[in-house]
Amino acid sequence: MKVILEVIIFTILVLGYAPFAIYVHRKLLGWMQGRVGPNRAGPYGLLQTIADTLKVLQKEEIIPANADTALFRIAPIIAFAPAFIVFAVIPFAPSLTFADLGVGLLFYVAVASISTIGVIAGGYASNNKWSLIGAMRAAAQMISYEIPLVLAALGVVLLAGSLNLNTIVEAQSRSVWFVIPQILGFVIFLIAAIAELNRTPFDLTEAESELVAGYQTEYSGVRFAFFMLAEYVYLLAMGGLIATLYFGGWLPPHPALAFIPGIVWFLLKALIFAFLPFWLQATFPRARVDQLMTFAWKWLIPLAMVNLVLTAMAKAWI
Amino acid sequence: MIRTEEMLLNVGPQHPSTHGVFRVIVKIDGETIVEATPVIGYLHRGTEKLAEDLTYTQIIPYTDRMDYLSAMIGNYALVHAVETLMGLEIPERAEYLRVIAMELNRIASHLVWFGTYLLDIGALTPFLYAFREREKILRLFAELSGARLTYSYMRIGGVKWDVPDDGWLGRVRRFIDDFKGALEEFHTLVTGNEIVQARLKGVGKYDQETAIAYGLTGVNLRSTGVAYDVRKAKPYSIYDRFDFEVPVRTEGDLWARYLLRMAELEQSRRIVEQAVAQFPSGGEIMAKLPKLIRPPAGEVYTSVESPRGELGVYILSEGKPQPYRIHFRRPSFVNLQLLPKLLVGENIANMIAILGSIDIVLGEVDA
Repeated sequence: MKVILEVIIFTILVLGYAPFAIYVHRKLLGWMQGRVGPNRAGPYGLLQTIADTLKVLQKEEIIPANADTALFRIAPIIAFAPAFIVFAVIPFAPSLTFADLGVGLLFYVAVASISTIGVIAGGYASNNKWSLIGAMRAAAQMISYEIPLVLAALGVVLLAGSLNLNTIVEAQSRSVWFVIPQILGFVIFLIAAIAELNRTPFDLTEAESELVAGYQTEYSGVRFAFFMLAEYVYLLAMGGLIATLYFGGWLPPHPALAFIPGIVWFLLKALIFAFLPFWLQATFPRARVDQLMTFAWKWLIPLAMVNLVLTAMAKAWI
Repeated sequence: MIRTEEMLLNVGPQHPSTHGVFRVIVKIDGETIVEATPVIGYLHRGTEKLAEDLTYTQIIPYTDRMDYLSAMIGNYALVHAVETLMGLEIPERAEYLRVIAMELNRIASHLVWFGTYLLDIGALTPFLYAFREREKILRLFAELSGARLTYSYMRIGGVKWDVPDDGWLGRVRRFIDDFKGALEEFHTLVTGNEIVQARLKGVGKYDQETAIAYGLTGVNLRSTGVAYDVRKAKPYSIYDRFDFEVPVRTEGDLWARYLLRMAELEQSRRIVEQAVAQFPSGGEIMAKLPKLIRPPAGEVYTSVESPRGELGVYILSEGKPQPYRIHFRRPSFVNLQLLPKLLVGENIANMIAILGSIDIVLGEVDA
């Protein structure tokens, strides 16, 4: 009973976060671009996302004539469900983890890569050339960037000696936050995470000016909303993971600040990294698909390996 | 060896980056373009044929709608041809107003290019910064001519409206001074960006011979090392009175074209600055003309430098109020002919960047 209640509360919280994130996204982009952002619906435009959601829910469900109907219907769910599942292993506060798995980090990475299948399925099922190209790019990109992502995270695992995210956070309470010894790993992880999330400058899968909307081209209404929701929820999940691995999760920056509850610290750190991509979006143009692959295979992966070896050597000799 | 199939991909006429109703059918192998066939004509209105039934003054609004991003220069190209045919003397004040209007329009046009081009390569913000500056120019134009886009400001023999007497020139002056800072801002934000340079350098290259063989003009030609600018090569209006340079580069790639257009913004800014400083304090804005304009029988070809290249007007007159035949040499149309050749072997991302760097306006391509 308690578990069910927890799950319901958690789902509502994450679902409530998405409209908030979309609002912050649009407002931040607006300010960075010399605009005011949404300001019509409700005070300060706070109800804008609610209004948009209601609009999207009312849309007719269009399935292209020659689409693979079953796959087309299920793809958004495949893309969207893992975004929620990964939250299970994220430690929000000292005793607040929904599933305190021994292999938490592995679980996160494994489940998160299922979303790629949803994206590919969606692109393939649409029977649209733009969608297909977008899906192909997604496949190539997500697979390429998962490698440096995991290699970079392995540095942290070596330092903490565990894949359990709670243990990783506790290990940081004994020493410094892992961002300091793992600065190279952190930079690689951040870049790979942004590519993994398809955010600018790596937003090739839905590159509007090139591929119209990539794998989302034929999606509308609720199914489109599912893809969008997955994107924003992943931002928070990835923010949470970065906070956990490199910035001490729920730990306060200084023991004197321990009177503030851990969940506040965690959310603060997670949100900073969840909203960082919005800033990058306002700043950077898009990389080209071949440059993206070159960057992953020739730069990030070797660097991540160097980082891993250095960490192992430091661990062995210091 | 795996046998892979080529795929036909229809880009446009409804596509975010074709800058209007342009369509190109590309045959792609993976993401590499094997063949590209442009399809134009979705915006064709038969301007040249329509013009045969119109008096010369009535043609002016049609020139607004060809290159709608630089309507002032379109207007001028037409009236300049008629004036040359008639051998008219234009009042000095009108000439200055024309130059100020044309060069401000060139800035506005290049700003649209700057914004949309970066949008094409995936940067969202420069677009809004560019439009913020362009908006100031459009406001000045609205005060001068009453319109924001289709000005119909020029008339055969002069201009329609004199300077608004509430300090309009002062506002132009202030804009021109402020624009210096905006240009620096653009360079800081965009030009130095690694990704921008990685996207543009060495892509979409062609050499001088190709450029000349295809009749390219404007920045597309100057990026290959030919210093051809109609304002210098065949001076018209009062351009000989101003001190400005024709920026030239030799790389012939997207990066060269990007830098050239940015440099031209600065040159146009300089011309307006000088024109405002030299602006005559009094005088007419229209030459003395009969009510019905009948140029003498004969033919004439004149050209001006539009933001996209050499915009030429050919008129065959039989001495009637309407032209017997009028032809516009539209630089967008001519420059576009190189596209299929440039696209072969490139990928889709480069296709968008190359199309953007040619800088077409579909109203002009299709006329």
